[in-house]
Amino acid sequence: MPTPWARTTGSRLPATSTETTVRASPPAGGGGRTRSAASASAWDGRLRWLPLLPALIYVVLVTQVPFLLTIYYSLFNWNLLRPGNPEFAGAQNYLTVATDPSIRTALFNTVLLTVLAVGISVVLGVAIALLLNKEIFGKGVLRTLMIGPFLVMPVAGALIWKDTLLNPIFGLVGWLLSPIGLGRVDWVSQFPMATIVTIEVWRWTPFMMLIVLAGLQSQNLEVLEAAGVDGANALQTLRYITLPFIRPFVELGALLGSLFIVQTFDSIFMTTQGGPGEATTNLPFLLYLVAFQGFDIGKASAIGVIAVILTMIVATFALRTLFTIFHVEARR
Amino acid sequence: MSRAVTVAKAGQGRSKVGWSALAWLVAFVFFFPVLWMMLEALKTESQAASIPPTIFFVPTLTEFQEVLSRDFPPFFINSAVATIGSTLLVIVLGLPAAYALSIRPVAQARDVLFFFISTRFLPFAASLVPLYLLARDLQLLDNVFALILIYTTINLPLGVWLLRSFLLELPNELFEAARVDGAGFWRELTSIVLPLITPGLAATCLICLIFAWNEFFYAVNFTSSVAATTPIFLVGFISGRGLFYAKLAAAATLASLPVLLAGWFAQKQLIRGLTMGAVK
Repeated sequence: MPTPWARTTGSRLPATSTETTVRASPPAGGGGRTRSAASASAWDGRLRWLPLLPALIYVVLVTQVPFLLTIYYSLFNWNLLRPGNPEFAGAQNYLTVATDPSIRTALFNTVLLTVLAVGISVVLGVAIALLLNKEIFGKGVLRTLMIGPFLVMPVAGALIWKDTLLNPIFGLVGWLLSPIGLGRVDWVSQFPMATIVTIEVWRWTPFMMLIVLAGLQSQNLEVLEAAGVDGANALQTLRYITLPFIRPFVELGALLGSLFIVQTFDSIFMTTQGGPGEATTNLPFLLYLVAFQGFDIGKASAIGVIAVILTMIVATFALRTLFTIFHVEARR
Repeated sequence: MSRAVTVAKAGQGRSKVGWSALAWLVAFVFFFPVLWMMLEALKTESQAASIPPTIFFVPTLTEFQEVLSRDFPPFFINSAVATIGSTLLVIVLGLPAAYALSIRPVAQARDVLFFFISTRFLPFAASLVPLYLLARDLQLLDNVFALILIYTTINLPLGVWLLRSFLLELPNELFEAARVDGAGFWRELTSIVLPLITPGLAATCLICLIFAWNEFFYAVNFTSSVAATTPIFLVGFISGRGLFYAKLAAAATLASLPVLLAGWFAQKQLIRGLTMGAVK
């Protein structure tokens, strides 16, 4: 669908929220305003909050209040499996967490998994989107097939990979690789991190591909034709016109992808259970172990607070990028 | 001259075949695990775990019947209740909120939007422990109602964002005309917004459906038997050692089918939703 923004700068996503017209209240009319009009508009300003309140109160109740409680609990020595009341422990949980090598391993695994999975799926996603944007047979069918992995329930996908594809005895991958002597490799336990990364890349590449493909399809064909007329070859057109054009789409995909992949839990739970040892224990899985296997409320809360601080550092930057991509501007 | 054009055309045709072949190969590789899941589901247990793998076989629905006649349906129903309930709640809470962030925006619309979307990316570690303790104290553990509330929390920020971007597309004149006629919030919402925003609502619902249906972390920690959802049924296969591949595949297929079909049939809405409303 041709959209006006595609023809203009072409460096930012369609600004769904960039409004030239101001829908908000009519401009405050000069100095001639009477007091009653002013108070009426103040009243209107307050009325505008009404439709917002239910959602706002709900979100504050289920995210902000619990977070304050998380901070509070993190100061207590409290295990649900041990009898007795919680005891105030000050910063003890934080000291335990700071000196616990498991946390550092989990942190490292989280970063490794996120960087690898996002990096590989972005590169593959862009390549496949460029491929599906060419003049080829059966585009619609191909896109339908490609998004399958993203739509399959992650728990189901992980099970299928672990049992029917990567199993050393019955797995299809082993059977396919047996001619080159890799038949009996137990992928899940010998290469646990690579297995998780593979499953996540398989799941998120279609996501990246969809976003980039949507961007490519909004590209102005005239610009490409003009480049061809000016004698640019395919590689030059790709390097200097197409890639800069899809850059905001790639940024959006990478951003959303990282925010989701950082929280990876399903595929780890279903394949390696964080092991062998701690080889695939990331922060979400560690939290699960501490909170729901150890029932250590204090320590789990401390991990929660640390995870939030780390996320805030990354997310402030990420959200700013998001808002720039979307041109979310203050109105009036 | 004309010969040169023909040669160029022929070259284009050749490259079209070449690129098509490559594209089909890549798509096949990515789709293969999905296809294999469905094929294994149509086999008998001995065919499903054979070496070399059984490629040609007479499809059977035995394993589907087996799964459906056993304990699978309650899990499926719990998933449906949690998904539909939370999606409805997202729309009921999110649509008025989106209205107050777009059509008659509050003064701090940008900050509120920032706040909403930031909660979507808060790690679940932030509120997990208090929510768990609260659910325990209110007897809401292993209760679908708790899942509805949690999935609403997960989907509401994205829902507000998406609905807002759809509302912004409605032409301004509509609301001006309605205001001249003296229409209030409810009239505007029911007679202008709802009829015109149907595609946007569909996209929002689809995204909510996907995230709620596939959700696992809270499902596995907040439910045990009564309220357990479809992914929890699959956890039962976790230690499978080649004995129940066909059953596993049948259950995995049934679990994935609602979202697969919804996503395939509504690809346009899926793309709009996944790009957060940016691509039309």
